[in-house]
Amino acid sequence: MTGCRVEQGGLIDRTRALSFSFDGMTYQGFEGDTIASALLAAGVRIFGRSFKYHRPRGLWGAWFDDPNAIVNIRLGGIDYPNCQAATTCLTEGMQVRAVNAWPDACRDVKGVLDLAHRFLPAGFYYKMFMWPDWHLFEPTIRKMAGFGILSPDVQDGFQSAILHDHCDTLVIGGGVAGLTAARAAAEAGRSVLLVDDHPAPGGSLYCNQHGNDSQLWVKAQIAAIRTAGGRILCNTTAVGVYDHQFVSVATDRGMGHAPIVRKLRPARIILATGAIDRPVTFANNDRPGVMSLGAATEFLGRYGVLAGQEIVVLSNRPETYTAIEDLRAAGAAVTRFDPTSAATAIGGRVVKAIRLDGRTYACDTILTSAGLTPLIHLWRHAGGKLEWDNGRQTFVPADGPDWMRVVGAANGTFSQEVAMTEARHAALDQPAPTRGVYHLPPSLADPTASGRQWIDLQHDVTLKDVALAHRENMVSVEHLKRYTTLGMAGDQGKTSNISGLSAMAHLKGETIPETGTTTFRPPFVPIPLEAYRGARRDRQMAPLKRLTLEPEHRALDAALGEYGGWLRPAWYGGDGERAAVERECRMAREAAAIMDASALGAIEVIGPDARTFVNFIYYNTMSNLKSGRIRYGFMLTEAGLVFDDGVLACINDNRFVISCSSSHADAVMAHLEHWRQDRFDPMRVHIHDITQNWSTVTIAGPKAKAIVAGLGVLDSLDDFPHMSLRLCTFEGAPARVARVSFTGDTSFEVSVQNISASALWNKAVAIGAPLGAGPVGAEALTVLRAEKGYILAGKDTDGETMPHDLGFAAPRLRKTAAFVGDRSLHSDTANRADRKSLVGLTVGPLEDPLPIGAHVVETSGSDGGVKSIGYITSSYHSPTLGQPVALALVSGGAEAMGKRVDIWHMGQTRFAAIASPCAFDPEGARIDA
Amino acid sequence: MQQFPCPFCGLRDEREFHFSGEAGNIRPDTTQPVSDADWRDYLYTHENPKGVSREIWVHTTCQEYFMMERDTVTMAVIGTQQMRRDTA
Ligand SMILES: [Zn+2]
Repeated sequence: MTGCRVEQGGLIDRTRALSFSFDGMTYQGFEGDTIASALLAAGVRIFGRSFKYHRPRGLWGAWFDDPNAIVNIRLGGIDYPNCQAATTCLTEGMQVRAVNAWPDACRDVKGVLDLAHRFLPAGFYYKMFMWPDWHLFEPTIRKMAGFGILSPDVQDGFQSAILHDHCDTLVIGGGVAGLTAARAAAEAGRSVLLVDDHPAPGGSLYCNQHGNDSQLWVKAQIAAIRTAGGRILCNTTAVGVYDHQFVSVATDRGMGHAPIVRKLRPARIILATGAIDRPVTFANNDRPGVMSLGAATEFLGRYGVLAGQEIVVLSNRPETYTAIEDLRAAGAAVTRFDPTSAATAIGGRVVKAIRLDGRTYACDTILTSAGLTPLIHLWRHAGGKLEWDNGRQTFVPADGPDWMRVVGAANGTFSQEVAMTEARHAALDQPAPTRGVYHLPPSLADPTASGRQWIDLQHDVTLKDVALAHRENMVSVEHLKRYTTLGMAGDQGKTSNISGLSAMAHLKGETIPETGTTTFRPPFVPIPLEAYRGARRDRQMAPLKRLTLEPEHRALDAALGEYGGWLRPAWYGGDGERAAVERECRMAREAAAIMDASALGAIEVIGPDARTFVNFIYYNTMSNLKSGRIRYGFMLTEAGLVFDDGVLACINDNRFVISCSSSHADAVMAHLEHWRQDRFDPMRVHIHDITQNWSTVTIAGPKAKAIVAGLGVLDSLDDFPHMSLRLCTFEGAPARVARVSFTGDTSFEVSVQNISASALWNKAVAIGAPLGAGPVGAEALTVLRAEKGYILAGKDTDGETMPHDLGFAAPRLRKTAAFVGDRSLHSDTANRADRKSLVGLTVGPLEDPLPIGAHVVETSGSDGGVKSIGYITSSYHSPTLGQPVALALVSGGAEAMGKRVDIWHMGQTRFAAIASPCAFDPEGARIDA
Repeated sequence: MQQFPCPFCGLRDEREFHFSGEAGNIRPDTTQPVSDADWRDYLYTHENPKGVSREIWVHTTCQEYFMMERDTVTMAVIGTQQMRRDTA
């Protein structure tokens, strides 16, 4: 016999049996059990296999500090990987499997790894698999070392609610200290929220056989807190304390439901998180049956489960005696010894005996404690300092933020009476009482003792690994952690860190405080990533911008797609993308394209300093732009890189309209605002984003003039040259017509306020139809502009492109006024002769288009190696030209017209000739046709 | 999540703000010769002090730039100040 259920006691409901399976065997537990407590009660000893050596492992802890019992759970047809058996409430019908064990936890084929342990010391992976290439070994190692198996199925409705909550005093932890503090604060009139991670508050109060009295006391405190207006959230863990008193608490809603996350910024936080046992380091201390003393009392007190029949206790902390009383009262035979490294656990798969001082004592369970470790993680998140307490042999809170108080065992106050006083003082902002004397003899690991002494059970780190790290000079705690992976497992070293530090301190001949601790970071316990996402998902994260004319596009059977955050027509008609794009390109060149250009950014610059402002913002000289005229230009970053391109229209001396890439409008707006306030008098220049208030219909092609004439916006289209602007009206409403072209054909952009957009669009389509013109989508437009060599910023430019790489060199050499990025255009980098410049690439008319992203390569050196000298940015089949067109950024490309180059892509090589970016109508005859 | 006091809107969550740069990083007059070193320092060399730091931030919801003094170790905000010249 090993673990068993006792007749009475605990918080379980013995009238409600629950049936579940573990590794294929059927078991029974009760309502209120965790998976761990139910299996322990059923006599199960082996809960899984260790990460690296596949050693059999049992329960060490009874709650989140258990590093061993990690399980996969199948419930309701859904798999949940990597659940902690000790914190997962038992549910009827759960199918539980040990992870990292095949075929099951008891018979694990990879257990043979353990026989090879001498060859798998700390740092082994780093050293062994460096040559020739870690990536060759990685898949196999990951498969062998991985924990649970991820289900590829997406679980519907697994969404966290992320709420903002408020309280004056947040009490974290519902044990004796937490309940006392919450009650005192609530009765003093404060708004109190108490969170406790168990299904029922009470902390370690349930961990003794006087359970009934304790339960009555806990109930009385809960009632008093609620009566005084306080709130209590159970199953709720404070996962992190962040800057400026920000706390996030996660409420577990059970298997299959994402946690509810609450974010708070309380005026005060009282930390009453308790303490956990530190393991005793001795040979084979990882054998199933070796458990923390605190876990055994918790299993007994909370779940009515006795951990074993013949128990050896290795502990000398003062509370040991009470624990032993409780275990004996429940029917166990208990023998106590001082904790020592000289012990050896005996037993092949589970504990059978312990050897001490040359004698062997038969036992089925060894309960150990080298002292209590306060849970001060959240104190450290908040920036609180720690100090070493020699009497307690552990770190306790020292100086810290004045809005956080630590009380009870978390503060190293292990006496319940003192903890209650401390809690009341903290709740009422009174000075903390002194901690009181506590004497725990140090229990040091002996690195010279024989056998393997385990420190980090989840990551299989032994005392010898720490000694190896020490020999190889990985002596700083941060190096020790990364070299041995000590404390890097899912439990983040909750049990192992102090043992590891103590071992390293011993090896270095230092004290533990001299050795130091690693950083504590959120989350305190593992939580689903979903808890960070909540409603910040999909379209709620990035809402789609919708066009005013969307109903018109849908009526014309448009295929809608996302372009730069906007839902825009990709093409029209039901004949598929390829046919539609070809048809629309031909229509644009032979008659006219009617396009919705409303997504293009439109920003007005207004005020007496508007002219000097735009001249500073643009690379191109804009100071002499006359009223009614338009000029193309680049905006640069201060590093001289192309940030955006577009046209600037001058309405009058005090008013300009910037048009920018649709996906860039927000960034351009921020860029303009920055310079407006940094360099200009904000009272004399104002900027205003009108993108979403105006709609623009672009009509481009040989028949464009006829269509625009029919719209009735202008009396005459004579004396309206390319790159000019007219203010006018459309059916009585204000309108603007701009002659700019992104296709190379005669083109008019007609802009009206949204209310007139539908009438304008429908009229243009109606006039255009008999002329052979019609709607054209974004995909055909991108082909039309590529035929002309017009760039799309961010597609045909990259993070190194300067304007002179695109053939716009004049302002760099001639503009005298200051402008953004000016000085960067004369750096050594900017002056290099081998800069990548924009070119076209031509291939034979019957060939397929070159792949976008393919490299332009050249043979270099005597060894015949090839190197990339650039890459293809845009590439399409041009229906107009009847052959492919491509744009590329190629080193020295502008000086290499006509040169034949190799194009390399995915192991295939093709040939192309460098050409001008403009493949269609290079004379520009069509622009005024 | 930090909270910053916008001089115009009051205390708001950190996510509403963008860092713009360290205070006092003056743009060289590029109509006059500027050495490579001076331009490099303007673009890339930052004090990044440990402790009290004077920085320019923008509150993206009201779009106003302002100066903030804060402690980069304790994350305490010492104060904020508007940049507008008095136009009265
Ligand atoms: Zn503001």
